[in-house]
Amino acid sequence: MTMPMVRFDKVTKRYGPLTVLDQLDLDVARGEKVAIIGPSGSGKTTVLRMIMTLERIDDGVIYVEGEPLTHMTRNGRLVPADARHIRQVRAKIGMVFQHFNLFPHMTALANCTEAPMTVLRLKRKEAEERAGDLLAMVGLADKRGHYPSQLSGGQQQRVAIARALAMRPKVMLFDEVTSALDPELVGEVLNVIRKLGAEHDLTMLMVTHQMGFAKEFADRVCFFYQGRIAEQGSPSELFGAPKNDRTRQFLRAVLEAG
Amino acid sequence: METETLWDWSYVAEILPILAGAAVVTIEATLIGFALAAVIGLVLAILRFAVPALSWPVAALVEFIRSTPLLIQIFFLFFVFPEFGIVLDAFTAGVLALGLHYGAYCSEVYRAGLEAVPRGQWEAAIALNLGQTTTFRDIILPQALPPIVPALGNYLVALFKETPLLSAIAVLELMQTAKILGSETFRYNEPITLVGLFFLAMSLVSAAAIRLVERYLKRRVAR
Amino acid sequence: MGVRSLVAILALTIALIAVLGSQPQWAVFMPGLLEGTWITVMVALLGSALAVVAGLAAGLARLYAPTPIRWVASTYVEVFRGTSALVQLFWLFFVLPQFGLSLEPFTVAVLGLGLNVGAYGSEVVRGAIQAVPRGQWEASTALNMTRPQMLRRIILPQAFVAMVPPWGNLFIELLKSTALVSLITLGDLAFRAQQMNQTTMRTIPIFTLVLLIYLAISLVITIGMRSLEGRLGKGLARGRGAR
Repeated sequence: MTMPMVRFDKVTKRYGPLTVLDQLDLDVARGEKVAIIGPSGSGKTTVLRMIMTLERIDDGVIYVEGEPLTHMTRNGRLVPADARHIRQVRAKIGMVFQHFNLFPHMTALANCTEAPMTVLRLKRKEAEERAGDLLAMVGLADKRGHYPSQLSGGQQQRVAIARALAMRPKVMLFDEVTSALDPELVGEVLNVIRKLGAEHDLTMLMVTHQMGFAKEFADRVCFFYQGRIAEQGSPSELFGAPKNDRTRQFLRAVLEAG
Repeated sequence: METETLWDWSYVAEILPILAGAAVVTIEATLIGFALAAVIGLVLAILRFAVPALSWPVAALVEFIRSTPLLIQIFFLFFVFPEFGIVLDAFTAGVLALGLHYGAYCSEVYRAGLEAVPRGQWEAAIALNLGQTTTFRDIILPQALPPIVPALGNYLVALFKETPLLSAIAVLELMQTAKILGSETFRYNEPITLVGLFFLAMSLVSAAAIRLVERYLKRRVAR
Repeated sequence: MGVRSLVAILALTIALIAVLGSQPQWAVFMPGLLEGTWITVMVALLGSALAVVAGLAAGLARLYAPTPIRWVASTYVEVFRGTSALVQLFWLFFVLPQFGLSLEPFTVAVLGLGLNVGAYGSEVVRGAIQAVPRGQWEASTALNMTRPQMLRRIILPQAFVAMVPPWGNLFIELLKSTALVSLITLGDLAFRAQQMNQTTMRTIPIFTLVLLIYLAISLVITIGMRSLEGRLGKGLARGRGAR
């Protein structure tokens, strides 16, 4: 069995008395596209934020490409990792946020060249070439000189995707990336994600409420409930013939609302 | 005679009673000055709000006072009144200047408080046919004032810290007294440092007090 | 009030000073007052520069420095905010010599006022940095930037724009505080005014001109800061906009 790209090993996360993730075990294979669905408070966003090291682990270990993320091995034991190790492993991961989080004082192009130049130490010409190609891929080549305030929500989110891709991550995390968009702008972002999935060998984890998209795009769907995976399987299995009561309840509620 | 010691405790004991007396003057100036400021500020704010014709002149006056140094305003009031035949003693002139200067600042605080009251309150008062005065007194002010109390408190502390300016017109408050003691004995260290520590202590205490008031007010609103 | 109106008011003020200052009875005071104005402006400029440096240093230290340095910065801020500017000036002027360090009044003025306003400035710096949306930190973390990189490239540039209006107010406070240096024998505008008043007792002409001059300088500062805010804010969708 080949090594998983991302592995959660009995990962627990608590906020005070509340347990948000409860000894979670999760394996994601290289190149797999996983959709994470579930009611709010189920812990699904926390999963992504922990891979991105935006939240700290209380118990358990996360592995990326076989290496522990926030721990490191010293003398054969696992100890909390130092900053250098974390950054080294974190370099393989990219994230797109629900509220875009573009840098408002930079143009679209500058948003995409900033990290490659500052962190990867690319020369300006190289970084701008890479950024230009990515912006063209997301359909915004003509907007490279625009500031975020001059772009629509859908355009901003597409720039955010290009910005994350500029760092050539192996794992891309999408945290409800269409939830903050007006309905008519959702499609353009989903199209870019579709394109990404087809052309690149990216491992993708997405928290989403877009059930139709998840059904068509994902290799596997995980239904989260109260900090655990209540059920997971291929889209046809989970959406077509859910085995768990809670899953059925959730899907019914979502369909009624949609 | 040059003394070698930097800090003479017996000297401290000597001057402490004198400084304590001066502290009373400082506190009197603070309280009277702030009372004046609170009233002047409220009057200015209400005038500006209720009489549209006065809005611009009052705003200009407030900006003028806020843009020029308090020290100059103190000198001005102290020296200008005699030209009109009124002789004010230094304490009165100083307190008047403090009251006017901080009245301008307080008027801005009151203005913010008044503008924060939802328009709907005014409309309800009109619908109930309450008069202008009643509306102001019973409906608007009770809602406008509590949130701005911390801001007013901050200006009270600021005013307190500016009372040393009154030493420029020889009011016998703490700073002037410290200077006199220093010039008599050529030992400035103890008097000025003690005065500094006094202000620092009062400042920290009042900052804590204002935070308590803020928390109390937040709880009242939450209920 | 827009920049245009402020410039108009400034022009009016300067015109008023010119008109009044050329009145035969008033003209005699102008040369002395203008000399004093020069000192006032110099103290204000240098003091402001020191304040910015001190404010940035203390603000950043209180946020990110190791504990001992943070403690020093906090003490500096609490002491200089908790005591008044005049007390600080007097302490530097009267007490330091007793420790063997005698400074020129001008140096005392710049040092005292700069450190005083710098203490308030450190709070402005802290507040502005903390007001930068959390999402900016998270996006920078996701792009694997180090903390110094994040601060330098993403956070501080955004914080600077938010800092400009409060710093503008602090610079005006500093300008007003320069009047205090007259009490430590520095020949600034307030000193000249008091001096002339003692000898001639012509209070109204002298102090009217003086108040107008302070107002004019104050307006220059406000106009400068507003223009700076406008230019820095280009590209940033700031909801505040023009006041």
